[in-house]
Amino acid sequence: MTPLSLRIGWFLALRALRRASPWTTGLIIFVMVLTFLNLVVVSGILVGLIQGSINAWRTEFTSDVIISTLDDKKYIENSPNLIALVRELPEVESVSPRYSEGATLEANYKTRKDTDKPNIAAAQIMGIDPLAEDAVTDLGSKIMEGSYLAPGDYDQIILGYYLLSQYVPVDDPNLAALTNVRVGTKIRIAVGSVTREVTVKGIIRSKVDALTRNAFMIDSQFRNMIGRDDGNVDQIVVRLKPGTDPIAVREALKLRGVDSNAKVQTYADAQPQFLKDIVNTFNILGSAFGSIGLIVASITIFIVVFINALTRRKYIGILKGIGIRGHAIQISYIFQSIFYALCGSAIGLILLYGLLVPFFLSHPINFPFSDGILVAPLNSTLFRVGLLVLSTIIAGYIPAWMIIRKNTLDSILGRA
Amino acid sequence: MIETKKLVKEFSNNDVVTRVLKGIDFKVETGEFIAIMGRSGAGKSTFLYQISLLDDPSDGEIIIDGHNTHTMSADEKMLFRLNKFGYVFQDYALLPELTALENVALPLLMQGKSKKVAYTESAEELARAGLEHRLHNLPSQLSGGEQQRVSIVRAVAHKPKVLFADEPTANLDNQSSRTIMNIFQDLHQKGQTIIMVTHEEQYAKLAQKTLVLDDGNIISTTRN
Repeated sequence: MTPLSLRIGWFLALRALRRASPWTTGLIIFVMVLTFLNLVVVSGILVGLIQGSINAWRTEFTSDVIISTLDDKKYIENSPNLIALVRELPEVESVSPRYSEGATLEANYKTRKDTDKPNIAAAQIMGIDPLAEDAVTDLGSKIMEGSYLAPGDYDQIILGYYLLSQYVPVDDPNLAALTNVRVGTKIRIAVGSVTREVTVKGIIRSKVDALTRNAFMIDSQFRNMIGRDDGNVDQIVVRLKPGTDPIAVREALKLRGVDSNAKVQTYADAQPQFLKDIVNTFNILGSAFGSIGLIVASITIFIVVFINALTRRKYIGILKGIGIRGHAIQISYIFQSIFYALCGSAIGLILLYGLLVPFFLSHPINFPFSDGILVAPLNSTLFRVGLLVLSTIIAGYIPAWMIIRKNTLDSILGRA
Repeated sequence: MIETKKLVKEFSNNDVVTRVLKGIDFKVETGEFIAIMGRSGAGKSTFLYQISLLDDPSDGEIIIDGHNTHTMSADEKMLFRLNKFGYVFQDYALLPELTALENVALPLLMQGKSKKVAYTESAEELARAGLEHRLHNLPSQLSGGEQQRVSIVRAVAHKPKVLFADEPTANLDNQSSRTIMNIFQDLHQKGQTIIMVTHEEQYAKLAQKTLVLDDGNIISTTRN
């Protein structure tokens, strides 16, 4: 391949494209757009289903950084000093300390006879400062019935909606839920041997398990129930200022020795392993579907170029006959293929980032376990554009090579 | 300039071998204008394709300017065709997506000339052929005679040593045919070597020499 061949290839390709039928060119580019979208959107939505779940896990439960109890401890020791330290960090926007303890909720304790089945459910109760929690995780916005906790709401509780049988989508005996409990119903909570009667103030709807199977109370009341009067909490969730890297904050906290008393994790570290596994699996599935799309695109270009080269075989023969190098003719077909791939990708990119990604962000796909979005990071999208262009180069080169290697005179005369 | 020795061309179809050229000895000198005639199937076009290096003979030798083409690689033959030969085909063989100017300029570009030089030279040559108003027309926008004139200009724009023409007037009316033959005569008078296949005697007579082929052999050579 010489610069002269490149120049002639460009000369021929440019004119072939300029004078081709606009309908044919449009159709080929349309196929390339569909291929590009297939390549990016299918895997993007698959990953986006889980990314929606990960995003919700972050915004609604762990926030950007979560500090939690060490595995061999009952709570975070020296919590008040730690909370003060975290609040001093300039990157921190808001902080919410949480108490957390397993509890039993019981609904029909007043009317139940000895022969009746208890109306109970197990749950994790979080003791929170409602204002601080709302500032970090916007918990108040998840209330579907009733209202959110206010400071001083003693003997009030809000429940995740999967703790109530009327909202549980499956009748699973392992998912014990309270029946006939609504906003305003009094229930009894038992933490160890301590029991208390509380009123359901609100019901939370979310797609994050940690909210839907948990209950929330005012921290000052809950810590009395669990006998924690030293200010030590079980979790501290930290919301960072926009643009702050959670890893940098995690490392800053570790540098200050926080990890000797608590686990310091970014939202990504704290993701449940199954989410990470699903993301990996969906990435593989997406790549598999994308590969099929890539093969389809290659075959499409192959057929287009092959038919084009076959119908122009006579002219290819004439070109060779008058001394135009075969390489130059091949390059002209490669340039045409690149043109189709780049046009398809460019239109696809505009559709993707100008329409589809914003659309799915504002109208997430409503899946039971997440609000699915379209995940299309620019670097991986550009990588797929590169793959598409590369595959079309190969798909454009092979048929051109097949036709060009035929005998010159046979091509000119149209002999087999 | 071009010499063939015992030139043979055979075509095989399954087990059937057809010998189209049966050992032709032929010589053309620089500046000659030769017409090749013969009835259909006599082998005249096949002979033209062999000596113009568009096809490879089955046997025998072709010597051009002292080079035995038998030892040339495909690339060398292509360079020979690009730099030393020009071709005019019966059906004009212009590239449909290139304008008249671009069709003529293409071989010049392939020779390494700049676009500006190639276009200027091509425009001048086309103007000489009376096509200055057709420079930017596509072949589909030209008449048959105009297409053939563009084809001739393309064939000679790079100043080839030999111009090969395969039935250049076969698809043209009488007036256009006469115009084409006038161009050929002009070129010949300027020293262009021309080898032309034709089945029309009136045009063959315009050449210096007429060869008649029959059944794969030259059966007569006449000086006109």
